[in-house]
Amino acid sequence: MLHLSLQQGDGVPLYLQLIQQIKHLVATGRLAPDSELPPVRVLAQQLLINPNTVVRAYRELEIAGLVYKRRGEGTYVSSRGTPYTPEECRRILAQKVEALLIEGRHLGFDEEKIIDLVRECESDLQRRARANEGVTI
Amino acid sequence: MTQEATTPVITVRDLTCRFGKKTALDRISFAIQPGRVFGLVGENGAGKTTLMKHLLGSLTPQQGKVQVLGIEPTRDPAALLAKIGFLSEDRDLPRWMRVRELMRYTQAFYPDWDDPYAERMREQFRLDAKAKIRNLSRGELAKLGLLVALAHRPPVLLLDEPSSGLDAVARREILAVVVRSVAEEGRTVVFSSHLLDEVERVADDVAMIHEGKLKVLMSMDEIKATHQRRVVQFGSDISRFPDTLGVIHVEGEGREWAVVTQGDAAATRRALEAIEARIVEESVPSLDTVFVAHVSGSRRDLAVA
Repeated sequence: MLHLSLQQGDGVPLYLQLIQQIKHLVATGRLAPDSELPPVRVLAQQLLINPNTVVRAYRELEIAGLVYKRRGEGTYVSSRGTPYTPEECRRILAQKVEALLIEGRHLGFDEEKIIDLVRECESDLQRRARANEGVTI
Repeated sequence: MTQEATTPVITVRDLTCRFGKKTALDRISFAIQPGRVFGLVGENGAGKTTLMKHLLGSLTPQQGKVQVLGIEPTRDPAALLAKIGFLSEDRDLPRWMRVRELMRYTQAFYPDWDDPYAERMREQFRLDAKAKIRNLSRGELAKLGLLVALAHRPPVLLLDEPSSGLDAVARREILAVVVRSVAEEGRTVVFSSHLLDEVERVADDVAMIHEGKLKVLMSMDEIKATHQRRVVQFGSDISRFPDTLGVIHVEGEGREWAVVTQGDAAATRRALEAIEARIVEESVPSLDTVFVAHVSGSRRDLAVA
């Protein structure tokens, strides 16, 4: 079973929360390449949300190349790759880095401290991904 | 996403209803496409139940038109009631009957009653067949009401405040039935509620009613895409927030104000920058915040500190 939890009240559209959480599970290795995501109606009933919300999240993940559909049936995690051009990837990331730098400035983190933190987080992600290797959900 | 050009399941056009001097519904118009969950949102007394009664045919339009599955509800109530399931807010079930008796009794009215399905729901809802209805809890009454509304597998389900007065567990069970209805049977659901977080979870489309008027009619996606909540700061204290394009609600005093804007995000951002309001925080508002912004009407310049 896929353990996702949606936050209500902060206003982030539910389909975006789903996308973010699935991306997170893939990045941390809890969802391995080629593993199957739950069918739309199963996830909708588990989370008590409108099935169209799940359809939309899956569709956007598919457009982003993170999942693929097999024979019109299930939805599976892609092994790698993104349909974005290198410039698009760069632009998407640049926005996030900028937000990070601004937040850092307010919290008293300079560039160096942020880069250190990035390295720390990366090794933490790798460690979690290794810990989850071979684990099926 | 553009809406497919299908025939709406429910059409309401210019519906007006007056009770004496009070206008309960004021020129309400909307259409509901098949397979959608339509959330009807409003405070108590806003007109939700009156609108539901028009869909059911228990009230005749004084002005305007109502069609459900191509039928005018008051012209052919029997034909319509065979095709819809309804759960009323007051769950008017015969209190002297037992659960199984009510099931048999209701079955007699519906040629399409699916008994195995009804039994499955009864077990799933943990309703004792021999229990007297008068002894059921509120949650059990709601579940029994839902069972008899659904057992003939109607293509349209109308739920008037299904969660009213229920605890969290019973609410989840009712919501689960709504989700399953849509996911597995493609049913069209009209769902009225004053619990905005529920509506945010399950509705495709949202109608916000206030004092008999339709204030907002949008898909959930549109609501999320066209509303922003922003916290802004001014260089110095201001006593009144200037009129600004797209600002539908303001709260605050002095230098810092929280506003809800409606419209293109870039355009409303520029409008705020034009009045020298510096945006310090920006987020997508919850449905609750959007609702309050639209119905609390005017701006709250004089919010109490």
